[in-house]
Amino acid sequence: MIEIHSLTKIFGVNPVLRGLDLSVPRGQFLTLLGPNGSGKTTLLRILGALAHPTGGTIQIGGWDLPREADYVRAQLGVVSHLPLLYDTLTAEENLLFFARLYNLPSAERAARVETVLRRVGLWRRARDVVRTYSRGMQQRLAIARAILHNPSVLLLDEPYTGLDQDAAGLLDDLLREVAIQGRTVVMTTHDLRRGYDLSDRIAILSRGKIAFDQLGSDIDPDTLPALYADVTGAATTR
Amino acid sequence: MTAESQPQTAVRARTRRPITPYLRSVGAVVWKDIRAEMRSRELINSMILFTIMTVLIFSLALELDAKSRRSDSTVAGILWVTIAFAGILGLGRSMAAEKDRGSLDALLLAPIARSALFFGKMLGNLLFVLVVALVLMLLLTVLFDATVIRPLVLLMVLLGSIGFTTVGTLVSSMSVHARARETLLPILLMPVVLPVLISAVRGTNALLNELPSEDWMPWLQLLVIADLLYLAAAYWLFDFVVEE
Repeated sequence: MIEIHSLTKIFGVNPVLRGLDLSVPRGQFLTLLGPNGSGKTTLLRILGALAHPTGGTIQIGGWDLPREADYVRAQLGVVSHLPLLYDTLTAEENLLFFARLYNLPSAERAARVETVLRRVGLWRRARDVVRTYSRGMQQRLAIARAILHNPSVLLLDEPYTGLDQDAAGLLDDLLREVAIQGRTVVMTTHDLRRGYDLSDRIAILSRGKIAFDQLGSDIDPDTLPALYADVTGAATTR
Repeated sequence: MTAESQPQTAVRARTRRPITPYLRSVGAVVWKDIRAEMRSRELINSMILFTIMTVLIFSLALELDAKSRRSDSTVAGILWVTIAFAGILGLGRSMAAEKDRGSLDALLLAPIARSALFFGKMLGNLLFVLVVALVLMLLLTVLFDATVIRPLVLLMVLLGSIGFTTVGTLVSSMSVHARARETLLPILLMPVVLPVLISAVRGTNALLNELPSEDWMPWLQLLVIADLLYLAAAYWLFDFVVEE
């Protein structure tokens, strides 16, 4: 589903990604771990066609990035630590706006908006302005926006930032439900345990390269913090 | 293309861009900006407040000079100074709000032409500038006893505002990423938009002084040409401006 070969990204003279290779098959949930500045967000912004790579090749669902960016965008749903919503519009207005941008047929828009709002448990607050929502509710609405057009790939950039324990628990359930539907998910997080629990596979990004990559079933969760420290520490002192 | 791309026909069909979906995207962005502004009124209130204060200050400053006060040259100057600075205020805030709440990324993630986003934002900004211009023209009529609201003056204001908001939307998309964006916007905008402002001021001045058509027509024609050039440049450049 996602094929990345020799990906590089250089900001000015500062290389952020240095020949990164990664392949994510359809339906897999991959968690990307890594310290700040390791290139996680840059990688997700490139996959979301928000940033151009300096070198290398990327294919998502068979489409080349950045050459066929519009086709890639139609397949992507993105959730970031910011809700990417308009706080002076209601939840329903926000989703109807994005439904228009994603070119959903007008006859289906209202029903689709209702479906996703019910799925994230916000239908009863659909006509409330988003600025009256708690951070957790805004993040659930962000997921509703991301799955509105039924994308085959979800990119989640530290979606738990700023959430309290209850809201994070709700988000866990929602992401599991979304992943079960056969979507390919790539999530970045600093929460090792949560990343392990949610995903099929763990990769650790360090100094712009994949320094560790293994299926979750092959990793002992109790040794993950030590493994993470070892991989990232070794890379940063190299 | 790989063997994995079976559902691509459906995706391609959905993202094909004939004119109707393109216009629908432009309309959606305009609708969103109007709707959001009607709720918050942050932009339009600050622009109108600035306009009222500017016209009142000019009115008080010129109170003792009755001749200057009645002069149509003064009125044309006040009209365009106020539109330009109220416009800068609105343009800066409009794009900064998108950037600060992250919604600019949400717009850029949508599978629509970047130019559709540009025209949506530009038309929203144009609408707000025109509302301010209308309030301003009413104030000038009352406070300066000038007959500003005339069809050709309205046309001049419309054409000048199109040029101004086209360049302004493009430049504010660039400056929004900078730390000193409030300072950077007028510095970058003013030199580029100067042909529009000169044509608009000179043309409006000639119209208010009821000069013959050979005095204002060249400025009107220049405005039309500048608008078309700026619109074409923005259509091609916006993609590069928002690219990382």
